[in-house]
Amino acid sequence: MSNILATMGLSRFIENPKANFSQLGKSLLIPLIGLLIFLFIWEIGAKSVHTSLGTFPGPAAVYQQSITLIEEHKAERAKEVKFHERQELRNAKKLEKNPDATVKVRPYTGKPTFFDQILTSLITVLAGFIIASLIAIPAGILIGLNGTLYSAFNPLIQLFKPVSPLAWLPLVTMVVSAVYVSKDPMFAKSFITSLITVSLCSLWPTLLNTAVGVSSISKDLQNVSQVLRLNWLTHIIKIVLPSAIPMMFTGLRLSLGIAWMVLIAAEMLAQNPGLGKFVWDEFQNGSSNSLGRIMVAVLIIGLIGFLLDRCMLFLQRKMSWDKTVILR
Amino acid sequence: MTQPPKHLELTKVDIDFPTPNGPFKALQDINLTINKGEFVSLIGHSGCGKSTVLNIVAGLYQATSGGCLLDGKEVNAPGPERAVVFQNHSLLPWLSAYENVELAVKQVFGRSKSKAEMREWIEHNLALVHMDHAMDKRPDEISGGMKQRVGIARALAMEPTVMLMDEPFGALDALTRAHLQDSLMEIQKDLNNTVIMITHDVDEAVLLSDRIVMMTNGPAATVGEILNIDLPRPRNRIALADDPKYNHYRHEVLTFLYEKQRTPDSIPKKKEAKLKVAQDMQ
Repeated sequence: MSNILATMGLSRFIENPKANFSQLGKSLLIPLIGLLIFLFIWEIGAKSVHTSLGTFPGPAAVYQQSITLIEEHKAERAKEVKFHERQELRNAKKLEKNPDATVKVRPYTGKPTFFDQILTSLITVLAGFIIASLIAIPAGILIGLNGTLYSAFNPLIQLFKPVSPLAWLPLVTMVVSAVYVSKDPMFAKSFITSLITVSLCSLWPTLLNTAVGVSSISKDLQNVSQVLRLNWLTHIIKIVLPSAIPMMFTGLRLSLGIAWMVLIAAEMLAQNPGLGKFVWDEFQNGSSNSLGRIMVAVLIIGLIGFLLDRCMLFLQRKMSWDKTVILR
Repeated sequence: MTQPPKHLELTKVDIDFPTPNGPFKALQDINLTINKGEFVSLIGHSGCGKSTVLNIVAGLYQATSGGCLLDGKEVNAPGPERAVVFQNHSLLPWLSAYENVELAVKQVFGRSKSKAEMREWIEHNLALVHMDHAMDKRPDEISGGMKQRVGIARALAMEPTVMLMDEPFGALDALTRAHLQDSLMEIQKDLNNTVIMITHDVDEAVLLSDRIVMMTNGPAATVGEILNIDLPRPRNRIALADDPKYNHYRHEVLTFLYEKQRTPDSIPKKKEAKLKVAQDMQ
């Protein structure tokens, strides 16, 4: 619990709850009032927007849909349990008649629920982000250390940085279809396509910020390194990395934010079974509930994006040597 | 071949820095010989190239012509046998005092000393500068004077042939500075290192040095006068305050700085430099 509060930036209320009660009241009350005003305007505004799928959903309708989504999830899980029970029973009977019979164990192939889709999205975005970071951090260090490399790659970085994921996607899709050919693929093509698109788009902030962080190491520390005759690796580990960490994390947080935004678009087009596909399917579905369900997805996307950023902030706090810096 | 090799020798050192308007000659014809165990101060107005001389000895800059010999070997790269105490301490902010010294000790003695010996040696050097009580504090948790003490411990721990100090106490307040000067004299009495120190402070130069090298103003700065300080050690700042010899030496240095080398613009410049240091400290 205290960890969660700490990640939410509320840790100072844990240490001395009584003395800080009025402060807690203020800092919770004001955002709460903001939220209520927002809900009010939303409710009023939504009523006056009429679409071909009915009135725009207000907070109440969205709440209703979120309950429905939870119910659907529970129902689907119950179905799955029953399916496995039936299968086990059938196989047991078969083995009773003939102990040598080969039994087939089939996986359950029901449709993914909203929560399965959230999980898929999270796995995809994290995989894409980790791949991007594994490329961007070492590359950023090399580019930052070497002025010639920096001059060589800077124009390319500036060129690719602003490219929209939607522009990459058709190319990535075609290349993945051509290259990733396997009879028994470990990952779905749509997953690989989304992953690569996310990596391509989220690479740049980490790369640039790491390079800038590395290249702006103070001259004094470089002199220390020279006087001590530190070898290349020790120089990187003891001097370069620690001084570049704050900038690196700025880059990583930007990258993760971009990765999450890109992912939704990529999933829509690549049909990766995540939140993006959920939104797209609901849009295509066009039932009277669709807009409400999409709105639930929008809020969840926002919430997850926020939590991802807080996780990065938490990591940054753990890894940064300078605890005095205010992180927000 | 009859003469024994000199300890540290700068011969006909010139240095040019490239600028958009052609090369800028910062130093010209610097000749200086320093004996083993000698404490030499470099004094001069801001921008006269004192730090440049120090950086050439450190190997951080290369002389354009002429060169620097240490025990008969040419200096052309930095190395731990010429440890530097930097003006703004230059400790790694992510390492504790102990770890900062450890980094240097591992570099120099990583092969020759065992782990226990290294630990003892690090603690010994921190004790020399009276920092053994705050070994595990990081630089941002200790005062400016304490940081500079750790910087000195780091340099001492490398067992340097020559210790180079670039205005080591320049950014400290007068009381802290006096404390550190006393500490330095104490350490110097025991270890008898060769030290080259840059300073702006006439009292500091006279109090600490065996010789004071006074530099002319740049561009093309060079050694102006060399003053031998023949005061018995240990020196006590309070006793010296009334010593006519001490005051004579002070007078000599002041005369050189403010009469022989007076330039109208060098004085405001110095103030600016000090202001900047003060701002950097905040």
